[in-house]
Amino acid sequence: MSTETNTTNDNTPNSAPEAEGETRRDFMQLLATAFGVVGGALAAWPLINSLNPAKDTLALATVEVDISGIPKGEAKTIMWQGKPVFVRHRTEEEIKMAEAVDVQSLTDKQSDKERVQRPEWLITVGVCTHLGCVPVGQKMTDTRGDYGGWFCPCHGSHYDTSGRIRKGPAPKNLAIPPYEFINDTTIRIG
Amino acid sequence: MGHGPRDGFDNPIIEWVDSRLPIFTMMQKEYGVFPTPRNFNWFWNFGAIAMFMLITMIVTGIVLAMHYTADTKLAFDSVERITRDVNGGWLLRNLHMNGASFFFIAVYIHMFRGIYYGSYKGPRELLWILGVVIFLLMMATAFIGYVLPWGQMSLWGATVITNLFSAIPFVGEKYIMPLLLGGFSIDNATLTRFFALHYLLPFVIFAVVFLHIWALHVTGSNNPLGIEPKGPQDTLPFHPYYTMKDFFGMIIFMILYAWFVFYAPDAMGHPDNYIPANPLVTPPHIVPEWYFLPFYAILRAITFNFNIFMLAGLGLLAVFMVEFIWRYKPKYLSGAQGICLLVAGSGLAVFGLLADFNQTWAIPMTASTDVPISAKFGGVLAMFGSIGLLVVLPWLDSHPIRSARFRPLFRIAVLVFTLSVFILGYAGSQPSDKVYLSACLGDAQACEAIEHGNADHIEAGHEPMVLALDNTMVAQAFTALYFSFFLIILPLLSRFEKGRELPTSIHEAVLAKKQKAGA
Repeated sequence: MSTETNTTNDNTPNSAPEAEGETRRDFMQLLATAFGVVGGALAAWPLINSLNPAKDTLALATVEVDISGIPKGEAKTIMWQGKPVFVRHRTEEEIKMAEAVDVQSLTDKQSDKERVQRPEWLITVGVCTHLGCVPVGQKMTDTRGDYGGWFCPCHGSHYDTSGRIRKGPAPKNLAIPPYEFINDTTIRIG
Repeated sequence: MGHGPRDGFDNPIIEWVDSRLPIFTMMQKEYGVFPTPRNFNWFWNFGAIAMFMLITMIVTGIVLAMHYTADTKLAFDSVERITRDVNGGWLLRNLHMNGASFFFIAVYIHMFRGIYYGSYKGPRELLWILGVVIFLLMMATAFIGYVLPWGQMSLWGATVITNLFSAIPFVGEKYIMPLLLGGFSIDNATLTRFFALHYLLPFVIFAVVFLHIWALHVTGSNNPLGIEPKGPQDTLPFHPYYTMKDFFGMIIFMILYAWFVFYAPDAMGHPDNYIPANPLVTPPHIVPEWYFLPFYAILRAITFNFNIFMLAGLGLLAVFMVEFIWRYKPKYLSGAQGICLLVAGSGLAVFGLLADFNQTWAIPMTASTDVPISAKFGGVLAMFGSIGLLVVLPWLDSHPIRSARFRPLFRIAVLVFTLSVFILGYAGSQPSDKVYLSACLGDAQACEAIEHGNADHIEAGHEPMVLALDNTMVAQAFTALYFSFFLIILPLLSRFEKGRELPTSIHEAVLAKKQKAGA
């Protein structure tokens, strides 16, 4: 793009054609277009950004849960950020099963230790990593799939007792939310 | 539009308006005397029928919106109130929810017509592409409309479909999903924006339909023979010939529509949607509305990752197709090189696929954490790709003959393709692990044990081999057929199919048929 300043009378048919046919007018058009595009994007941003999660939605980001009433082998469902969170009180057998797995054989390679703070409590987001359904397996009487954890009825993903994906279309293990033990019977999620 | 010479009108009021805004002249030109091929069959009714359905949906929708409340606590009840308490609300709602199905029926037949008679071919490519845009907008509108009653299927259907976007690498889960949902899950923020968009999109569709019809009136209609009209002897004025024919077809269509509205309003819906949405309980079997089922089957068919070997193999095969099939004569490669390409491409693709299924081989770059396209993202790409192929259809099929009447092989291909879409639709409606056929090979006692659900009692070393044909395999086979119709069969036919001799003109063909019928 040439930026020469032609101060004599502009583009009258008599004036000499400028280098490569480019004129000041071409430059101005390009500049105006670029300005319009950038301006349009800036004007659109507040509209688009308003569709992001609002402050009150973000504020509902932590919950405290009393876990004392959950019997061994069962799990409780808690709402956190509009999603279910599973708090599972694992039996010794389930813990052993989860720890005995060869990590290298897994789809999403994670050892059980990386997934729990205290072995008897497994806390995961109860949303299948495939397409977002809620897996079943909270009660001992539920279908828990081939690996004793959870089974997603939508597209048939099987999770083990550590919430790891073992079979089916889901690509990842059940997510672990950020949480901490406030005391032995209370946790804070978020 | 409307700058041409005017004939003038006798009625002074019409003439006063028309001389200032020649809208009557335009209507007369585009819908009165508009020259239309004289040999349309009943398939040509469905454009007008689709237009009628669009107007029905907009009109009933505007009134329903006056009674509806877009709030997660109130939405379900407000829809029930429309059905039970609003005067004639049951009728409006039944018209609207069945109208969506009948709009899709009309549009699917309209699309089949376009493919069978080659209406997408030059000079009507843009007309066809605008049609695909309308189809996409309709799918978006129907999908978000189904969320509004806030039943179980509304919530969970929306959850499954919006989760597709989380498959987009890097930005999907972190940025696109929250932006789309306005939160961390489908909730009130999602419902209100879906309502706003559901009100907006039909008018966008209307605008694109306007462009679609404008483009139609530039090129004129295709016809069952697929040859262009050569003069007035080949055409009829649109009015009264086709206004009447369209009107008659519309009445037949409306009878069917009315039967569903009055006698089976929920036949095409899902009973689970009469349970209020509950974010903690997933229905055991999520199915979309019937008009999405073939695409849902394609989405679920991709159960394998695309590793680097498969992508490389598919890339080589694509080069082969472009060089040896799409081009009339290979430009860069010799025949021997082509064979090498074909062998290497299919070998790599098959090897990659086997490596994906046998993770125990531990071949580098095939673990699910190292693949460029995961099964989930692959499913999304396949689903959108299956519609994207329609956009490029005019270039995939470059055969000079339009109508399938004169292309016997293309005709078979289209009918098989249509059948495979129906089978995909059925597969989409069934659970993915449903077994259609199974055979047990090996120890007879062990087989019996499996049949009776006692697989645990089989002695080690005596496990039989069980072969099963499940729903996922059916979906995969017909997804392969769907894609090969566009990417392999059409380019091959474009090049090798001879086709029958075309009639010299429309009126000669029509008269010959009449003589034959009279004799």
